[in-house]
This record gives sequence, structure tokens and C-alpha cells, in this order.
Amino acid sequence: MSRAPERTGASGPAVETHGHGRSRSRVRLTRIIVLHLFLVPLALIWLFPLWMMFIFSTMPDSGIFSPGVQLLPSDQFLTNLAALQEETRFLRTIFVSVVVAVIYTALSVMLTSMAGWALVRYRFAGRGMVVAIILGTITLPYFVVVIPQFILVARDLGLSDTWVALIVPPLFNSLGVLFMRQSFSLMPTELFDAAQVEGVTEWQIFTRVALPLAKPTMAALSIILFLASWNNYLWPLLITNSPEMMTAPVALGTLIGVTRVSWGGIMVGAVLLTAPMLLVFVFLQRFFMSGITAGAVK
Amino acid sequence: MAGVTLTKTAKSYGNVDVIHGVDLEVADGEFVVFVGPSGCGKSTLLRMIAGLEEISGGEIAIGGRTVNDVEPADRGTAMVFQSYALYPHMTVKENLSFGLRMNGNPRADTEARVTRAADVLQIEALLDRRPKALSGGQRQRVAIGRAIVRNPQVFLFDEPLSNLDAELRVQMRVEIARLHSELGVTMIYVTHDQTEAMTLADRIVVLRAGRVEQVGAPLDLYDDPDNQFVAGFIGSPRMNFFAAEAIAREDGGTRVRLTNQGGVEIVLPIDEQMAPGSKVTVGVRPEHFGDPGTGTDIALDVDVAEHLGITSYVYANTRAGEPVIVERPEARKLGAHDTLRVSILPDRAYAFAEDGHRLR
Repeated sequence: MSRAPERTGASGPAVETHGHGRSRSRVRLTRIIVLHLFLVPLALIWLFPLWMMFIFSTMPDSGIFSPGVQLLPSDQFLTNLAALQEETRFLRTIFVSVVVAVIYTALSVMLTSMAGWALVRYRFAGRGMVVAIILGTITLPYFVVVIPQFILVARDLGLSDTWVALIVPPLFNSLGVLFMRQSFSLMPTELFDAAQVEGVTEWQIFTRVALPLAKPTMAALSIILFLASWNNYLWPLLITNSPEMMTAPVALGTLIGVTRVSWGGIMVGAVLLTAPMLLVFVFLQRFFMSGITAGAVK
Repeated sequence: MAGVTLTKTAKSYGNVDVIHGVDLEVADGEFVVFVGPSGCGKSTLLRMIAGLEEISGGEIAIGGRTVNDVEPADRGTAMVFQSYALYPHMTVKENLSFGLRMNGNPRADTEARVTRAADVLQIEALLDRRPKALSGGQRQRVAIGRAIVRNPQVFLFDEPLSNLDAELRVQMRVEIARLHSELGVTMIYVTHDQTEAMTLADRIVVLRAGRVEQVGAPLDLYDDPDNQFVAGFIGSPRMNFFAAEAIAREDGGTRVRLTNQGGVEIVLPIDEQMAPGSKVTVGVRPEHFGDPGTGTDIALDVDVAEHLGITSYVYANTRAGEPVIVERPEARKLGAHDTLRVSILPDRAYAFAEDGHRLR
């Protein structure tokens, strides 16, 4: 006689039910153990460089290149930080980085949302072509764009060493446009039709109906854009000269001198640049994943 | 309140015509239902009235005013969608009031309208819930409420009950009928469910491939279809059709031979002149077969019999293999492989010419 294993009626064969349950949980346990045997070493390999970055940031320059490998932190973190601040005005560069990343993220999310919305909502001649061109720009390596962009911004517009030069040129992010377009195109059109029949203006439909529904996607996109701006090295390196306008990654780069490299300072800077991002990502991970996979099922 | 007039209203996407110059007059306060098979253009026609689709030709007037170039919101219509189209991030109350709030309607008036709509639809208890926390029937009620708060001259329903289960559908159907009699406004309702069409409509508009096949009161369409399409579409289960050919005119009509039924002949009340040998289709509704001996008998091999209690539907084949559905209230014992003898009654049979038009 076969019975559903879930059945736990008082008169049901309790032993059989238990038997099923036990073998199932044993399978699950085995699976978890095997998975961890594989994933834990992988995680360690991943985390090791981060840990060493932290260790090096606490060691004097002389200690970093000593023959023995040291795995526990030393006590020179603040000394290294003070040296870093003295050489690069690092706190100022962090401030520049934060301002640039925040404004860039906000503006870019807004801009890409509007572009994505237009591409979903409006039927116009050449719409497919526009999408194709935007998609095409993704395949262009950044290095192909950066030289003409530099010439335009620095030479023709004379904007080098300005906030505008740091923030505006990378604003139009094709990936972001496609991201938002995808998100809007998955929303039922009837929602917008309904609002239109109710006399809600196009701008209100966008801001009051579409954007609130795109929140998970916008959150994921924000993280991606913020990280991109935060980690951007090449463009700020090209467009800024004065220490006043330098972003943190560029400032760290200056520590690699011709004669002397301040590894302790670089490591402190790297820790300060990495840690906040790691924390943000860990906390927003759930949001982030749900945004990226939104609409993947169904 | 207002009626709706369509004059040669047409719609095409590029070279493809989807609505072919529809003429229709919907009276003030009338309940008109558009029916037709999938892709017949009934939803497109409704969306054209709502202003969600531009028209390619002709004219649409609401309350005597041409609205071809009027924005959807200014046409005095409100629309209820199949998918409810409730804003998922707003509560029921916010859903109901959204349009009014966005249009800067005075707060007190908005409040009053929402309260009234909630009262009419008995959804007061749901006002603070999100759509996610509502059942299908409740969601549809909110969607209707969102239409009511606009005080529209014309309600447009686009298959509003299609997403509901059978029981709820009956219940909501009754509610929509009640709403119509309470509000007394013009309603245009799109459905492919002919039970909804038959029960709700003052008049039914049968559409096929972007053309109006027939317009009339539900029972008129059932009793007196203009063509084979309408005859087959209205009535459930659908009408049976038998191939036949005209033989000769005689007293009381025209004698036709049922081609595949061993050459049995029947005299149908057709006055229209037909050449002998011209093809005719004889239509008989499942509920209109007579007992053997009362008309022209045919023998059927039973395939499946569905016994519903009040009646039985017998799915059978003629000896030539044509499928036939027969309703027999007394056929409770009938099952597969049995033989059923029924009679085609001349006065309950319809005849259609080869091009589908009704032979009278």
C-alpha cells in the first residue's frame, strides 16, 4: 500500500511517514555538506586578498615586504592613514568621490528611466533603430570612446577639472537604459491605459505609476551605477589635474611614485574605498538580486 | 448621459484593415455587448471608443459630440479592463481616487465619490488594502469602482469577467446588471462569453473579422440569425450544420436533400429562388431536434453523453461521420456506442446559402 509521505493522520502508518522524512532530510544534509565542502574553500580564496589588503594597511612599509607572511593585523593603520592624508589630502578626495557618485547615480537613474520609458511607451518611426544603436554602444570598448570624449570635454568645451566634467559625460548609460526599458516593458500596458483614461498626465503616469513599480530595478541599477562611478579611474584621471578635484582612486594612483611607492598608504586607501561598498552590497544584496532577476520568471 | 454613434469607423495597422467601417448607434442608457471570436476586433473597437486607439477613418460621437480628436480622459468614458489594471502599489482607496487626485479634483468631492462608489459596490471594508490582498472578484469590483468615481457618461468593459472562476463570474454578472439598472448609464461590454452577452445585453453586436455581422436583441439573434456565422455563434452548444442541396420548389417551401444522410429529403420554408442542385446548409440547434417520426429522421451513433441532471447533451456522429450535438432531457441512460434516432423539424431548422446568408 502506498501512501503520500506527507499524510500524518492518527490512524496512518506513522513509522512509514517517519522513514520517508528521515531519508529525505538525510539527502538534504548530504547535499548541504557537499555544497559547503566546495563553496567554503572558494569563499576563502575570494576573501584572502581582501583580508591581506586589510593586514597590509596596518603594517609599516618595511614590514609589508618582509620575508615572513603575517596573517594578523599590526598597529600601524592610523600612522598609514595620517601619511596618506598628508600626501594626497585623501579625505577631500573621498568627499569628491562621494559627491560625484551620488549626483551621478541620481541623475543617471533619472535619465535612463526616462529614456527607457520613452522607448517602451511611444511608438515612433525608427524606435527599433534607436534601441539597436543603444544596444550597439554597449559593445564599444570604453577606450574607444574615451579619447574623443576627452578632446570634446577638455579641449573644445574647456571643462577639465570641473564637477560637470566628472559627472556629466558618463551620465547616459546604455546598460541603464536597457535595464529600465526591460523593467517598464514587463509592466502590463493596461495599467497605463487605465491611468490615461482617467485623465492622468503622461508625466504623472511615469512618476506615479511606472516609477514606483520599477523601484527594485532602480535600486539594482543605482548600486551598479554608484559602484561604476566610485571605481571609475580612467576618466577622472584624464579630466582632473588639481588635487582639489581628484577622486579617491586617482589619488591612490598618485602614490605609486617613480622612486617610492607607499604601499601602506595605498592599502589604507583601498580599505577605505572598499569597505563601505562591501557593506552596502551585503545589506542590499536581496534587493539587488530581486531587481536583476525581476520578471525572469512568469 | 449619452449615446454613442459610430459612423464608418475604421482602423488599420499599416496595410492591414482590422475594423472595416463599422456603423452603430448605441442609445443613451443602453447596454450593448460586442461578441465575436478571438481577433474579430471587438476589443479594438472598444479601445477606439475609449480613445486608446486612434481611428483611421470615420467618426465616433459620444453624446452627439464628435470625439475623434478628443483625449481619452475628456470623452466622458470610463473603462474596466480584463486584467483589472489596479495600481499594485496603492491601496484600494488610493486606486479609486488616483485619477481624481491627479486631476486636482477638490478633496471633499473626491472623498464623497469614493465613499459612494465603495458603498455601491460594498467594498468599504477593503479600502485600506492593497490589490495583492484582494480576491479576483474583489479586485474586479475595485476596478469597476474606479470607473464609477469618474461619473462617466459611458462605461466600457473589456472582458471584465474573463479572469474570474465560473461561480464568481455568475455573481459579478448579476452585479453588473444591477449596476446598470441603478446607474442607468450607457454601457458597452466586450466579451467572448455568449452567456454574458445573452444575459446582460439590451442589444448584441456580433462581430467577425472587423465587420458587424448582425445587431439585435439577444433572443432575436437566437431566433432569427441573419447568417450562418451568427447562427453558429449565438447559442450554446452551437448549432449543428448539415450539408444539403436544393431539389425543387414546392408548396410550403423548397425541398432539399441532406447530402450525407442517405439522401433523406426535407421541405424547408424557403421562398428565395434557388437553382436545383445549389448547395444549402441546414442548421438545427441541439435543443430543436424532435422525437423520431415527428419530422425527417436521422440515425446517430453516440460518442459521449454528458448528463447534467436537468438535461443531457449527446455528442454523436451521423452515419457519414458529421459531428452532431443533441440535447435530450430524457436521455439519461444513453451512453457511448448507443444509437440515437432524432428528427429534424422543418419549422425549427434554418437554411443557409453557400455564401452563408440565411435563406428565408
